[in-house]
Amino acid sequence: MISQDHLPLHYYLILSALLFAVGLAGALTRRNAILVLVGIELMLNAANLNFIAFWRYNPNPDSLIGIMFVIFSIAVAAAEAAVGLALIIRIYRHYHTINLDKMDSLKG
Amino acid sequence: MIGNIFTGLIVMIWRVLTDQPNPKGDLLAALPEAMRPFVSVVLSISPIMMIFPGLFAATTWIERKGLGRIQNRMGPNRVGPYGWFQPVADGLKMLTKEDIVPRTADKLVHFLAPVILLVPTLLAYAVLPYGANLVPINLDAGILFFFAVGASTELSVFMAGWSSRNKYSLLGAMRAIAQMISYEIPLIISSVTVIMITGSLSLVDIVDRQAGYAFGFIPHWHVFKPWGLAGFVIFLIASLAESNRSPFDIPEAESELIAGHLTEYSGFKYALFFLSEYLGMFAMCGLAATLFLGGWRAPLPILEWVPSYVWFMGKLIALVLVFIWVRGTVPRLRVDQLLNFAWKFMLPLALLNLLVAAVWHYTAVWNFPTALIWRWLLCALLIGVPYVCLGRGLTGTKKLTRRVYRFAE
Amino acid sequence: MSHITPIAFAIITALTLVSAIAAMSLRHLVHCALCLAVTLAGIAALYLQLGAAFVGWAQILVYIGAVAILIVFAILLTRSSEAEPRPILSPYWGVGIAIAVLVFGVLAKAIFSSSLAGRLPPEKADPTVREIGNQLMTGYVLPLEVIGLLLTAAAIGAVIIAMKDSTSGRLASPPIVPEPAQKNARPETPPAH
Repeated sequence: MISQDHLPLHYYLILSALLFAVGLAGALTRRNAILVLVGIELMLNAANLNFIAFWRYNPNPDSLIGIMFVIFSIAVAAAEAAVGLALIIRIYRHYHTINLDKMDSLKG
Repeated sequence: MIGNIFTGLIVMIWRVLTDQPNPKGDLLAALPEAMRPFVSVVLSISPIMMIFPGLFAATTWIERKGLGRIQNRMGPNRVGPYGWFQPVADGLKMLTKEDIVPRTADKLVHFLAPVILLVPTLLAYAVLPYGANLVPINLDAGILFFFAVGASTELSVFMAGWSSRNKYSLLGAMRAIAQMISYEIPLIISSVTVIMITGSLSLVDIVDRQAGYAFGFIPHWHVFKPWGLAGFVIFLIASLAESNRSPFDIPEAESELIAGHLTEYSGFKYALFFLSEYLGMFAMCGLAATLFLGGWRAPLPILEWVPSYVWFMGKLIALVLVFIWVRGTVPRLRVDQLLNFAWKFMLPLALLNLLVAAVWHYTAVWNFPTALIWRWLLCALLIGVPYVCLGRGLTGTKKLTRRVYRFAE
Repeated sequence: MSHITPIAFAIITALTLVSAIAAMSLRHLVHCALCLAVTLAGIAALYLQLGAAFVGWAQILVYIGAVAILIVFAILLTRSSEAEPRPILSPYWGVGIAIAVLVFGVLAKAIFSSSLAGRLPPEKADPTVREIGNQLMTGYVLPLEVIGLLLTAAAIGAVIIAMKDSTSGRLASPPIVPEPAQKNARPETPPAH
């Protein structure tokens, strides 16, 4: 396993920030509800990457907090994706569309 | 230097054949420092790439002959003596067939699907211990790696089915994925019992734990414990379903959905799918042998002189023969029967098996004279009574009544 | 092998970023889902490069083996598998992009101006699964149990939300049940055509 890396920390942090920004841009601009969920998953993954990068670069070598956080974050993200997609399927059955711009019956 | 490499090669082959540790050491020492990792990787991978596709070719012959005999017919016997060159003929046929891609198919996804199926399937072979010192890489989380790459193959089934723009393909792909994710759970839970008792995810540790013999002749394999026996059966059934083999081959049965997600594939791409399915089956059999049948360990103390890789391949081939036997004997399950079976029968039994493993582990401190019999009885009841009750209960809800016709509106 | 690490990092980063951008900007939803799977695989590769092997394999098993499949199934069940009608972006897409750029700018400024940037990693052995398991069972046992409860609730909830109602599948006419055979069966006369 290639685990002796000498890259400075901010490389991983900038990558994580970029992924977060891409996910955020997608979640805010796309009209399809499923793609908003895809954007949210991207944001969650960017945050997880941040955690793992900080765990690796922790001066205290025995702390496993970063890994623990990410394990639970992956589980929570999977649960949230399941419930979110179930909701989207239910909404589709009611409105026959999942275009978010058309779901405006609570507006006003 | 060439002389050193040559002797290193001979020493390596000799050490592999006689189960000695560190087979690659001398050969790698004779090479310059920079080349060593790459040569080491090539040396680990090439036997796997040569043996298992060769085993695939042999298995196609065994399967056709075996199924033929089970079905009271001869099987192929034209191409060479007893049809031995039938795999060669099949291979040539697949390679020379025209590769037809539908006009409206999604070309890139259609092209990538067989590749994305083959690569994770081959990756799974990297963690199996083939012999006493013959594991390509001893990962700390070996089983997790195996199941992770197994789960990645499902996406390629969807890619194949969807990119063909064919309703049969899509339906077949969705059924195949539903089947694969449903049976992944009993598969993983039945191997969690082994992990729980061993205390490690590493396959080398799991095989090491199965060393030794009880009463001098019964090996400590996990299949000879009650939770291991139940777990082995659950694992075998779930791996039949994971590799889309009969009786769970609804996704690719010709009489059901033409060929399911493989409908629009011909020629070499179909050969890749076919190869990947069989390679996946071999990997599952290898994992079953490692987890439950003691991996490369010999069954009797007097047989320990036989090299370890012979035992491993023997167990693997025996399980493949069991798979072929089941294919020829059991009728195909309908897709709703298949899914009900996974969720309502296998999953509760797999969870109960976890309980049985815990009970077996904690009653190991009993040391009065007939303790073993009482432990076996307790564990067998714990898993046998729910088995019978679930079986009766699940078939009892379907009463055989008069047939009701519904016509499409 | 340390001279390979920056090259490997560059390749994995490029792959991940390109597929993330593709996942959010392609027109065909199924292509977006497949690009998301590639992104998730790239992130798993980064975890492996950082030495978190357990998390990397768990990421592949959970995200690519389950979440990506879920997204694909949802796309198929909501009939979004055909190409989206133009336009694919909502009317206020400019604001969305601007907010994302702003967020990235703030994060980048925070990263570069902190003392953490440029830090090099300590020499650390990769944690074994046994250590992670020990931690899960001693220090983190409460989150573990809560996660179990959460996953159970999510599974049951998802099934209940997405289940078809028993009343919505009614047929237009009652089903046809054939007549039982009479004891003293009269030979049936065929209907006149």
